[in-house]
Amino acid sequence: MNCSLSMRLAGATLIAAFAGTAQASPADLQAAYAALGATTAVPDRGQQLFTTRHGREWSCSTCHGAVPTQAGRHASTGKPIAPLAPAVNPERFVDAAKTEKWFRRNCNDVMGRECSAAEKADVISWLRTLQ
Amino acid sequence: MKRADRIARTLLVLLALVGASHAVRAGDDQRRSAVAPLPAYQQECAACHVAFPPGMLPPDSWRRLLNDLPHHFGTDASLDSATVIELAGWLGANSGAYKRVRAAPPEDRITKSAWFVRKHDEVPTAAWQRAAVKSPANCTACHAQAGQGDFNEHTVRIPR
Repeated sequence: MNCSLSMRLAGATLIAAFAGTAQASPADLQAAYAALGATTAVPDRGQQLFTTRHGREWSCSTCHGAVPTQAGRHASTGKPIAPLAPAVNPERFVDAAKTEKWFRRNCNDVMGRECSAAEKADVISWLRTLQ
Repeated sequence: MKRADRIARTLLVLLALVGASHAVRAGDDQRRSAVAPLPAYQQECAACHVAFPPGMLPPDSWRRLLNDLPHHFGTDASLDSATVIELAGWLGANSGAYKRVRAAPPEDRITKSAWFVRKHDEVPTAAWQRAAVKSPANCTACHAQAGQGDFNEHTVRIPR
């Protein structure tokens, strides 16, 4: 088994373990996604992905705001969205199943496809830099 | 005397009719809101929009919506199948099966139901477009207690 594959398996196992019971931390989830993607997370890449549109109507920041330390607002229903940055909202990125669910839906809405593990690691790493 | 009798009787009948129609309306409102909440509905559905009372749509509409959550009014609202089944049971059991709600509205949109349109016919077109309102589906913009199933028209405040 090569190194990258074993890292990916470790990442998948981590995500699965966190999805099961105990609470994860944003750092745990970022590490698991980075391992899955066999990469190191790059915050700037995460910011780029988050704040730009990808050939469709919305970017992530359309609903979450360009600086997600503040509350956002759902683009179609107008419902307030609590801040996404874990430093100001400790409920963010502590539940792997919830994190996976929202990445799946929202990447589909914004990019027309699911995000890769590497992209998820980038986004979390950028959000973790926000204070 | 006879004439006064007739007038009195007519008045009584009118009062009874008004009372009856009022009771029916109150009944409708109760059926729309007095439902034991389902935590999964609050968590999953009310994450993006107000927790619309299940009685506001007929069972067929809820069934169609739950069967196509990945394409939910322009967004991906997909859920794991266990949660969909849980929601289906609760929405089905509490869906609207009474007169006004019985017919599925166009596109299964609550806001296109005949009763919804009629109840909001005094709201000026410009009010719907205000930034604070944005969409007729944004109930809480004017009905502050909508999240708790309270749509009482006496507490409506249309933002300026």
